[in-house]
Amino acid sequence: MSTKLIYFAWVRERIGKPEEDVELPSGIETVADLLRWLKSRGEEYENALQYPDVIRVAINQEHVGHREKIAGAREIALFPPMTGG
Amino acid sequence: MAGAVVPAVRIQREDFDVAAEIASLTKGRADIGAVVTFSGLCRDEQGALSALELEHYPGMAEAEIGRIAAEATDRWPLQGLTVIHRHGKIAPGENIVLVVAASSHRQAAFEAANFLMDYLKSRAPFWKKEHRADGSEGGWVEAKEADDRATDRWKKQGE
Repeated sequence: MSTKLIYFAWVRERIGKPEEDVELPSGIETVADLLRWLKSRGEEYENALQYPDVIRVAINQEHVGHREKIAGAREIALFPPMTGG
Repeated sequence: MAGAVVPAVRIQREDFDVAAEIASLTKGRADIGAVVTFSGLCRDEQGALSALELEHYPGMAEAEIGRIAAEATDRWPLQGLTVIHRHGKIAPGENIVLVVAASSHRQAAFEAANFLMDYLKSRAPFWKKEHRADGSEGGWVEAKEADDRATDRWKKQGE
């Protein structure tokens, strides 16, 4: 099953695309696993996810922590800390 | 009464009219004793900024602000609540965000508006990019730790 990844702000700019569909390899169970795997996909990902701790994540449009399981996620968004308001 | 209020949440490119938003909450009612409004504006620092560009996560922006607004109506006895957040390019002096909280008494309205703004700052999926007056790229506005601390003070014991 493919998962939609969406990127915002400087995460989007550094990766170079707003979204993509990916086939997650087996063994990717949590948000932290996903970030580690993405980071290994190339220079642009390495650049965007250099400091994974600062990356905020939403699964199906709700904030989650990095230990959250991603099973069943249709849409996972990665973005920097928010600056609205 | 508490919880019966359905907050109005709007994410829009267009500007809003503060007076019209207050009027739409209070019109035809005699039970509201207090209306607190907060408007956030795009601020220039010494003429260096030409605009802020607000990127948002469509769908989640509405959902997340809706969740924050619903928590506010659970925690305070509000009679009306409107939250509007703009996106797109916004020039210095223009409106960015509006919170209107209506209640019988002022304390609930003040606190709910304050709570809403703290949570909007740290949890609503919006990101500001600066455009500089000299035409150069200003970069992304960095999140402030003080905003996270401001949010933490609303956490209940044990959270």
